Amino acid sequence: MINLTIDNKPVSVEPGATILEAAKACGVKIPYLCHYSKLKKPHGGCRICMVEVEGNPRLLAACTNPVAEGMKVITGSEKVHKARKFVLELLLSDHDARCITCEKDGDCKLQKLAYEYGVEEPRFTGARRNYGVRRDNPFLETDHDKCILCGRCVRVCEEIPAVAAIDFIKRGFATKVSPAYDKALNCVFCGECMYACPTGAINSKIGRYQGRTRDLKAVESVCPFCGCGCNYSLLVKNGRVVKVQPKKNSPVNDGSLCVKGSFGYDFIHHKDRLTTPLIKENGQFRPASWDEALGLVAEKFKVIQAKTGADSIGGFASARCTNEENYLFQKLMRAAVGTNNVDHCARLCHASTVAGLADSFGSGAMTNSIAEIANAKTILVTGSNTPETHPIIALQVFKAVRENGAKLIIADPRQLRFSPYAQVQMRHKPGTDIALFNGLMHVIIKEGLEDKDFIAQRTEGYEELKKVVERYTPEYVENITGVPQEQIIAAARLYATNKPASILYSMGITQHVTGTNGVKTIANLAMLTGNLGRESSGVNPLRGQNNVQGACDVGALPNVYPGYQKVADVAIRAKFEAAWGVKLPANNGLTITEMVKAAGNSLKALYVMGENPMLSDPDLTEVKKHLESLDFLVVQDIFMTETAELAHVVLPVASFAEKDGTFTNTERRVQLLHKAVDSPGEARTDWQILCDLSTRLGYNMSYDHPSQIMDEIASVTPIYGGISFERISKLGLQWPCPDKNHPGTKFLHKDKFSRGLGKFFPIEFQSPPEWPDAEYPLILTTGRVLFHFHTGSMSRRSKGLEEVCPKPYVEINPVDAVKLGISDGEMVKVGSRRGEIQLAAAVNDRCTPGVIFIPFHFKEAAANVLTIAALDPVAKIPEFKVCAARVEKA
Amino acid sequence: MPQTRVLLKNIGTPDSETLDGYLKNGGYQALKKAVSDLTPEEIVDSVKRSGLRGRGGAGFPAGMKWQFCASDQACPKYVICNADEGEPGTFKDRILLEEDPHAVLEGMALAGYAIGANQGYVYIRGEYYKGALSLEKAVTEANQHHYLGQKIYGTDFDFNIQVFRGAGAYICGEETALLDSLEGKAGRSRIKPPYPVNQGLWGKPTCVNNVETLTNIPWVVNKGVDWYRKFGTEESPGTKIYSLSGHVNHPGNYELPMGATLRELIYEYGGGIRQGRRLKAVMPGGASSACLTEKSLDVKMDFHSLAAAGSMLGSGAVIVMDENTCMVGAAHNVAAFFEHESCGRCTPCREGTHWIKRILERVKNFEAKSVAEIDLIADLGQNMRLGAFCPLGMGAPSAALSIIQHFRDEFETHVKEKRCPVNIPAVVPGL
Ligand SMILES: Cc1cc2nc3c(=O)[nH]c(=O)nc-3n(C[C@H](O)[C@H](O)[C@H](O)COP(=O)(O)O)c2cc1C
Ligand code: SF4
Ligand code: SF4
Ligand code: SF4
Ligand code: SF4
Ligand code: FES
Repeated sequence: MINLTIDNKPVSVEPGATILEAAKACGVKIPYLCHYSKLKKPHGGCRICMVEVEGNPRLLAACTNPVAEGMKVITGSEKVHKARKFVLELLLSDHDARCITCEKDGDCKLQKLAYEYGVEEPRFTGARRNYGVRRDNPFLETDHDKCILCGRCVRVCEEIPAVAAIDFIKRGFATKVSPAYDKALNCVFCGECMYACPTGAINSKIGRYQGRTRDLKAVESVCPFCGCGCNYSLLVKNGRVVKVQPKKNSPVNDGSLCVKGSFGYDFIHHKDRLTTPLIKENGQFRPASWDEALGLVAEKFKVIQAKTGADSIGGFASARCTNEENYLFQKLMRAAVGTNNVDHCARLCHASTVAGLADSFGSGAMTNSIAEIANAKTILVTGSNTPETHPIIALQVFKAVRENGAKLIIADPRQLRFSPYAQVQMRHKPGTDIALFNGLMHVIIKEGLEDKDFIAQRTEGYEELKKVVERYTPEYVENITGVPQEQIIAAARLYATNKPASILYSMGITQHVTGTNGVKTIANLAMLTGNLGRESSGVNPLRGQNNVQGACDVGALPNVYPGYQKVADVAIRAKFEAAWGVKLPANNGLTITEMVKAAGNSLKALYVMGENPMLSDPDLTEVKKHLESLDFLVVQDIFMTETAELAHVVLPVASFAEKDGTFTNTERRVQLLHKAVDSPGEARTDWQILCDLSTRLGYNMSYDHPSQIMDEIASVTPIYGGISFERISKLGLQWPCPDKNHPGTKFLHKDKFSRGLGKFFPIEFQSPPEWPDAEYPLILTTGRVLFHFHTGSMSRRSKGLEEVCPKPYVEINPVDAVKLGISDGEMVKVGSRRGEIQLAAAVNDRCTPGVIFIPFHFKEAAANVLTIAALDPVAKIPEFKVCAARVEKA
Repeated sequence: MPQTRVLLKNIGTPDSETLDGYLKNGGYQALKKAVSDLTPEEIVDSVKRSGLRGRGGAGFPAGMKWQFCASDQACPKYVICNADEGEPGTFKDRILLEEDPHAVLEGMALAGYAIGANQGYVYIRGEYYKGALSLEKAVTEANQHHYLGQKIYGTDFDFNIQVFRGAGAYICGEETALLDSLEGKAGRSRIKPPYPVNQGLWGKPTCVNNVETLTNIPWVVNKGVDWYRKFGTEESPGTKIYSLSGHVNHPGNYELPMGATLRELIYEYGGGIRQGRRLKAVMPGGASSACLTEKSLDVKMDFHSLAAAGSMLGSGAVIVMDENTCMVGAAHNVAAFFEHESCGRCTPCREGTHWIKRILERVKNFEAKSVAEIDLIADLGQNMRLGAFCPLGMGAPSAALSIIQHFRDEFETHVKEKRCPVNIPAVVPGL
């Protein structure tokens, strides 16, 4: 430790600490502007933090100068005060200080300091830098004349999202922060620079003139746009959410957000919000009262139940609704309707994870936490475009690789924003993951790099695995996957030896007919190398929708009750019968994909809460046919979705900003959201509607507040046993959390797997159901993009998101484009055996030759018109990632 | 009086810039001696004992720098020759680069051998086209004949040199900005510590030395410390090339032992002031040095004596102004230079250089409202010295402050009487 004094106060700090850090440690206040605590590297530009150090005639910047033994620092002298005041005077000499209309007024660091130091009219007069305001991008406006050139924005952009979109351009007095060559900003628009700016120089275009901090009420909530579950506050004025503010020091997002979190919230007040129940008559919707609408739904359900049985009714719960609502939904289907036909879109994304990991480990969720990723030594990213689909998790990967020296392995057919940082990048053919990872395991075993102790003590089934992977020599695997042998060997060695190693995967692994096997293969790889049950290691499925983890946890699945307790287990069923006071059906229900197939046949009525199968499910032509042939379709949503248009009754609901409840993010963290604003018109929360409907169906449900629902969940769900609204009011809790005193679980399977021993499954590679041929020569793969969420019902109603990414497109490699005579931006027809869509070509090398990619968010060219409804036999997840397609000029 | 030509000895000899010419002048013998007979430690030790101080401006003891670098265990290490020569009025490195490039390369190779580096870079000012060509040719020739490259003189010592041309920013002569520029970034000074000797180019130990500093090295190695210390003073040993410019009869480079007086340089070597005028002011060490007047002409031109006189030796650029120079104009001229060259990173320099220039412009154009504006310059200057991020900003106000101190009446005349007492368009020669 280094000992020094600051204003005569003794303090000891770690060697290498700065004077500023030491001052903080002993409670001496030193002002700063360019220093930003989130950043590793100091800047030393503003000079407001100057202090006197005894024996040095100059003043030193506290933020850049390290402490020294015996140093005597003086912060309160006349000399220091005058120098700081002078800096402020210089800053203001060039500042367009029209605080009157400035967004930051009252919250501005420059304004505060100018007041504190009593800087009057600057003595420097004459013309100023006059760069004006730039608004030439959808999200941010930059008022250069309010910029004090502190460089926080430049540095956060480089350090945190690793984008480096802006820098100081020109120099000296003419310096300005701008993209290279002063072009328009074109970046990931995360807003980090805006949050970092100490003055009013960077503002949200969406929030400008909507209210300043002091006029806004902050309501803590959770971003509804993906499974990261970022913590933020909704800032409310006059009953409207006008801005958001990411939560500092949150273990999930530490003050960062992505573009959807920062700028996507305006869908909340979109004019298209549904405000009244609607009943379809003669093909037209007409407004109805709640009483009429719910009365009709209850009556229809009762009639169908009586005529064709409870199992002719099905329900889609929702990965966007709260845990409490999903719990009530499955309870309604099971207890009030009397069927296990309840499922939700986890079926379409991670059903194979839930099934696969349950078999391998005993429970299916991220084994480790988001914050642990930064400390992994090796990170294997596969089948996940993390920087776009889980931008906040990507920050951890950037941090691990760029700051902590971790090695990155990518196994993904597409080029990612991670690619330049990868030690090994394997671009295998879509659908060949199992062969690839068997190949890695082959190399690991052949070179004796497996973790023998871990295998012996904690697993079973190793010999069978060994036998199967024996065949997967690097040559053999190269033939199947197209990945050069050297890369396979390099990746295997790195993953097995540079520990802890963490695997991040997503739908590239799960959305296959072999999805469950793919997941088990990943589990094999991790167990083989002992990368489980330790911090910063593990198998980490990144869950897509904001509450897809929670919807699974609370039993919105056809074969399990809340907490993955099996319907088929008589004792468990008896427990729920006792808890809910009714007899429950014994047979497993149908999955989403099965319900769609059964619709119009054995399934007569469908109750859809906050889902949009008409865009999200495979082979949409078929889906539409089925949904249209239902006797009765009820859709409950915030917007008139493509599915709602087919409904007989549409029920308007509250958005996430209009209710209390919990979401569980991808790292199993149960987090609280609070009601910030009232719902438009007569829209009600899903949980209130569910209670009302259930009661009308003859099964009484009544709660005063969602916290009571959570208490009930806790009482029947061991993994949520210790969770209550009160306990998570400050910070979420990660399940398993079995009792009120349990601190939650950071990483799983520490000394023992949930199922006891981890199980190796020997798995052979199997070709995808449809492979390119002469007629359909290309592989089509689908997925998400940064700027949109799921079927776009929310994100496409956000002004900025829609402006920045307004159109569907198909990514095609230049090699194929040249062959087909297609140029960038040109309209093309993409066809498969199931249909055809028209959209623009994006010619770039993100896909390898022979592979095309279409994002699935766009109804005007829905990718799922083309996809194949072939299902994984276990998880019933469809094959979204591989089908055969062709591209022609439109 | 003849100069003491050590560093400039080869200049003017036939084909001095070629390998043949250099070899005829006894070139590459120091390198041969070093790699065959001397240990790196012995060389570092000689350079330390020689008392050689950096000729790029700061005067840091070269041997000490080398020792810091040599004792850092990280590798690889780098040697960088600072040939940016951006200091106004300085043109001494140019002549060495153009006419005696092999001497510079030999100095670098010796530095590499001493500190344990195998790669050197010459960062040469963009405008020095001829110098860059001459260097590149020299590197090629030396490589072909194994004075550079692999296995020098049949030993295990490898040393390669690459020439990198700058793009015209004064700040890129500052060693850490130079490193950023060499790494492909915009040239801006880095935070120190860490110093380049520990974390320089690509974060590796790096020794940055000026062209003239490096040209001294073969002499120290060849002729020994005692011989070397015969020149100059006890605390500033060796000779120095002074670039004399301005209103003198014979501007040019003059190599003299350290400690010759300003008067000798200007009157004996420079032939005195043009047209027999009187000397008004002189900046003895480039644009960041405080100006001196007639009273100080007997000051010795070495690091210590000039500092004691309130100025500095800097790079040895001596800029002479005669009695017809408007000092407001002179101050403005220097201020305009710094305003143009400020990198913009820190508030005091970015804003300060601008306002100093702007206020001087107002004084010069008789637009200043009151003498308070002159005091404002002093205030700006003090604060820049106290708080600028890097030496550019700290040194930027020196000229203006010292000129105001010596010639305040001229400024007041501009403000109060709205006229220039000298009435001759002001030009600081060399800028
Ligand atoms: C603004 C500024 C410009 C500089 N320009 C040069 C230059 O052009 N050439 C040079 O050798 N040193 C220059 N220096 C000094 C270098 O930073 C450094 O001290 C020098 O290269 C070290 O070499 P030396 O010890 O051999 O002098 C400059 C310093 C500053 C602050
Ligand atoms: S940035 Fe701050 S000082 Fe500048 S106008 Fe806005 S509130 Fe006022
Ligand atoms: S929005 Fe994000 S990516 Fe864009 S400039 Fe700001 S920090 Fe960089
Ligand atoms: S825009 Fe804001 S954060 Fe960026 S340099 Fe200017 S004042 Fe600093
Ligand atoms: S003093 Fe500041 S602005 Fe001036 S050159 Fe140095 S860092 Fe740049
Ligand atoms: S806070 Fe230290 S220089 Fe800006």
